[in-house]
Amino acid sequence: MIRTLAALAFGLALAASASAQERVVNVYNWSDYIDPKVIENFTKETGIKVTYDTYDNNEIVETKLLAGKSGYDIVVPSGPFLQRLIKAGVFLKLDKAKLPNLQHAWPEVAQRLQVYDPGNQHAVNYMWGTTGIGVNVKKVQERLGNQPLNTWDIVLKPEIIAKLKDCGVHMLDAPEDIFPNVLNYLGLNPDSKRNEDLQKAGDALFRIRGSVQKFHSSEYINALANGDICMAVGYSGDILQARKRATEANNEVEIAYLVPREGALMWFDSMAIPADAKNVAEAHEFINYMMRPEVAAANTNFVSYASGNLAAKQFVKPEILNNPGVYPDEATFKRLFTNTAYDERAQRIVTRLWTRVKTGR
Amino acid sequence: MSRSGWRKRLARAAVILPPYAWLAAFFLLPFVIVLRISLSDPASAQPPYRPLFDWTGGWDALMAFLGALDLENFETLASDSLYWEAAISSVTIALVSTVLLLLIGYPVAYGMARAAPRLRPLLVALVILPFWTSFLIRVYAWIAILKPEGLLNQFLLALGLISDPLTILNTPTAVYIGVVYAYLPFMILPLYAALERLDWTLVEAAQDLGSPPWKAFWTVTLPLSLPGVVAGSLLCFIPIVGEFVVPDLLGGSDTLMIGRTLWSEFFSNRDWPLASAVAVVLLLIVVIPIVFYREIEARRWEAR
Repeated sequence: MIRTLAALAFGLALAASASAQERVVNVYNWSDYIDPKVIENFTKETGIKVTYDTYDNNEIVETKLLAGKSGYDIVVPSGPFLQRLIKAGVFLKLDKAKLPNLQHAWPEVAQRLQVYDPGNQHAVNYMWGTTGIGVNVKKVQERLGNQPLNTWDIVLKPEIIAKLKDCGVHMLDAPEDIFPNVLNYLGLNPDSKRNEDLQKAGDALFRIRGSVQKFHSSEYINALANGDICMAVGYSGDILQARKRATEANNEVEIAYLVPREGALMWFDSMAIPADAKNVAEAHEFINYMMRPEVAAANTNFVSYASGNLAAKQFVKPEILNNPGVYPDEATFKRLFTNTAYDERAQRIVTRLWTRVKTGR
Repeated sequence: MSRSGWRKRLARAAVILPPYAWLAAFFLLPFVIVLRISLSDPASAQPPYRPLFDWTGGWDALMAFLGALDLENFETLASDSLYWEAAISSVTIALVSTVLLLLIGYPVAYGMARAAPRLRPLLVALVILPFWTSFLIRVYAWIAILKPEGLLNQFLLALGLISDPLTILNTPTAVYIGVVYAYLPFMILPLYAALERLDWTLVEAAQDLGSPPWKAFWTVTLPLSLPGVVAGSLLCFIPIVGEFVVPDLLGGSDTLMIGRTLWSEFFSNRDWPLASAVAVVLLLIVVIPIVFYREIEARRWEAR
């Protein structure tokens, strides 16, 4: 009996020491946002086990981080959320000596990211993209005739979007992505936090609410691909994923992603390490690995979003690299704008306006 | 007091204590925390509200902490009609759903209670069976059934009953379908429990005395099954008021419910204090029917 107990205790001690030595990193990233082989290869190469969880909206990440002790070592929030969380003291300053692959970062992207993270001290860009318009080309042309499609007119002019109502229009349920585009269309500062400006944008959206079937941030991918809807205001990569799915299904649905001529919101999802992370060394290793040009390109090839890694471009498939929806040309790039985080007062106004747009109340 | 008396008391306490401790730890304490946050102010920090209580500060710190709490969030709730409309809309949806559940659940429970005794365990098992599948997946399945090119529309089109697909998904109708489907077992089981215990000889007596079946049902069966009706209705009404998943997945963007309002206060505005105030109001909406029910029950017991 005593011998069994001793053996058991020894076994337990062994297990405990083994788990103390096992290196892990807990990653929290957007859903469908990585090539699964990348995680496998990372573990094979470094011996670090990756616990990979996913989310589909920034708010969840922000709330978990603000509550504290999230247990994650790496999170990938979008710009304004990153900015607010940095201000709240949630993130660790990166140890750049441990991130030699930062040399491959895209200088122009890193520079734009400074709006949120001055000096690029806390975050490394993972992917970036735009918020624009996805259309079912045939159905939309049938209804709109000669109307040019690469303009916000087809979304924000009530008489035009009304013609698309019967075949279905979806819009992101993300006011922080929609309001800057509407403000820009109205000729106002897309990053405006002024009450009058926000009210004007809210009014413009209120006028077209009747033609929008659903405000949702992920359903439109399948809905577009299946031909259930004919227009969606959404993220570049998601709409291109819809196009890919439609092509694969061979269902004669042709999807196009348009960066409107008035310009579009540019967004950034960036990797950062929470200040209370337990596996800081492993988190740095993971970020450094993700910044390898081949690895970054593998992810871009998998998800159709542009990588924040310039050197990765040479490994990106030509059909993605040459798609202006993913890698905009010089002229388009100039028309892209960024937004910053809302302060509490502006946030409250925007959320209230958005509820009015969605519910009519 | 004698030794055995003490022992009895101790044994009684040992039996009573765990449920109270459970309620204190998992209901009262969280509620006090929510109430405390509802009285504070939002802040851009970790955690996102102020004031925080400093345990080491002693009496003065406690007084300063209590002094910083106020009812401002509840005033905000009262000043914007959105919150009232959300609450009224939630209660309306919950009431209509509960009535629908009763109308569907009662005949089912009645049929089960009148079935051959050897069949009853099987029927109960069939009612419980859906719980073996995740709630979320069952609600997702309704998307596949109700969508424009979904199973229901294909079926109706094939039968020639409709010429164009019906738009059901993303409408209030879909919310009612989802809610009624999801909560039906919670209505059927208490009704079945009440009907199964019912003394059917009383119904026979009523019929022997010349009462037509509908009158026997109305004057004998229904009143006797009332505890089951009340239990089932509360069991459905209360969670439906705060339901979030079904309206989020099946409802349109204009489906306004208090669960959704709470979500946007908490996640979009990062205003934990206001979200907590909404939660407190939601709790009150839900607690009132329970208190009401207890009151009726207590009176019934006194009348006996």
